[in-house]
Amino acid sequence: MVRLEEVGLRYGPLSAKDGPAAEILHDISFAVPEGGFRWLQGPSGAGKSSLLRLLHLAVRPARGRMRLMGTDVGAAPREALPPLRRRIGMVFQDFRLLPHLSAFDNAALPLRIAGRSEGDIRADVSEMLRWVGLGDRAFARPAQLSGGEQQRVAIARAVVGRPALLLADEPTGNLDDAQAERLMGLLGELNRLGTTIIVATHNDTLVERHPAPSIHIEHGRLVRDGA
Amino acid sequence: MAPSTAPAPTLLRPRDADELGLRRALGDRMLPLLVAAMAFLAILALAGALAAAQLAGRWQGGAGSTITVQVPRADAPAPPAADGPSQTRLDRVLAALKIDSSVADVRQLGQAELADMLRPWLGTAGETLSVPLPAVLAVRLVHPEQDVSALAERLDAASPGTLTESSGLWVRRLAALARSLQACAWLALLMVSLVAGAVVMVATRAGLAARRESIEIIHGLGATDGYIAGRFARRATTLAAIGGLTGAVASLPVLLVLAVLAAPFTEASGPARPGLDMASPMALLHALPLALWVALPCLPLASALLGFITTQATVRQWLRQLP
Repeated sequence: MVRLEEVGLRYGPLSAKDGPAAEILHDISFAVPEGGFRWLQGPSGAGKSSLLRLLHLAVRPARGRMRLMGTDVGAAPREALPPLRRRIGMVFQDFRLLPHLSAFDNAALPLRIAGRSEGDIRADVSEMLRWVGLGDRAFARPAQLSGGEQQRVAIARAVVGRPALLLADEPTGNLDDAQAERLMGLLGELNRLGTTIIVATHNDTLVERHPAPSIHIEHGRLVRDGA
Repeated sequence: MAPSTAPAPTLLRPRDADELGLRRALGDRMLPLLVAAMAFLAILALAGALAAAQLAGRWQGGAGSTITVQVPRADAPAPPAADGPSQTRLDRVLAALKIDSSVADVRQLGQAELADMLRPWLGTAGETLSVPLPAVLAVRLVHPEQDVSALAERLDAASPGTLTESSGLWVRRLAALARSLQACAWLALLMVSLVAGAVVMVATRAGLAARRESIEIIHGLGATDGYIAGRFARRATTLAAIGGLTGAVASLPVLLVLAVLAAPFTEASGPARPGLDMASPMALLHALPLALWVALPCLPLASALLGFITTQATVRQWLRQLP
């Protein structure tokens, strides 16, 4: 499902005269089988979010080889990436909701982009919003929602399309313990149904309560792959 | 927690769903206004091109192929010829023209036609003028481009004092001027189209900059370039069409006024007309050439097409910076 071999990541230079930007991920190699679950851990600034951006295809590796769902991402043409992205769900640390859309429309975005019928969208999104406890807030815009509610909309958007790979960056950061446990229950259920999941977190308690293999990175390097 | 303020909530997606917030990013005032101004200028340029083409055609097809021969004292007897009967000066000139191989056709202008020719200078007084007028012959040459000086000498010898005037040179110069004006008008139309395209491109780029984060989110969710460009193009096409329609409607009265002013110059030869009757719908319909009546409804379509193509190209090119 996910395989990285000596992958390096650098962001593009600010201008041509700046030369190549410094590498922020170095020689990352690990693999996650289909249906696997990994915690992604490491101190702040270690490169967890950059690794998730890489796996979410927001950037391409500068070197090395990265295969996602059977596709060599470095070699694939640009046109091959959107279908791949539609099979990946992502929960961002800062939610990244569209401010002018309601909770319902935000959560419905992946299905609409995938061209699903409005009837399906209505049923699936309503069910998902009810599941994250926002059934009565479907028409609220992000600015009208609390941080926790926004995070739950972001979670609903990430999982509504039943992705093959789910990536989450601190998905419980704005949730109370009960909501965090509820989220872990959902993630566990998706995982049992075959979704591969990688969750970046600082929450050691959560990791202890839900033991699973863990990927540790520090200073942009993989220091432990607990697979 | 503040209650939701969304009007008339419904889970059914509105037909004009605006996922990228383009109603604000591509405002409904400035872009249509600028496109309307461009459309207005475009139709004026097109009208100029058509008018110049019409004038060039008329000048070339009309006076260009004829020369004018004036025979003063037409009815006076011509100098006696050694071997011919006595003739009037006019008969002598007509006879000389008839046997000249360079002449295709000769026609003497009647009194009414002469009065028409003098009307711009003398008004209706030309019809009752007591001053003797020369006989005027319209002569069509076999080869319109030929030099008429030899013919002029022959005619002057036949009836001294006969004036031969070739309008060909001036008509050619006027026709060249009309063609140049026509080329300038087409160039103006091209420039206006390019500026309109640039306006749409700048507006689209401003919209892209304003919605960069939303676009990145949608892109990250798996939207293709076509999906995102389509959303922008739909909005820009609508706004450009509105602009084109506004420009076409605004240009119509201006075109009609220009048509009324130009009517005396563009009418076929004949009694001068005082102008078009603006109150008559049929007169208004005939006031503009058919090409302009076709162009006017095409203007919103052309604007929409320009908006669509420019926006698609601009957005797709911009999206190349995303992986």
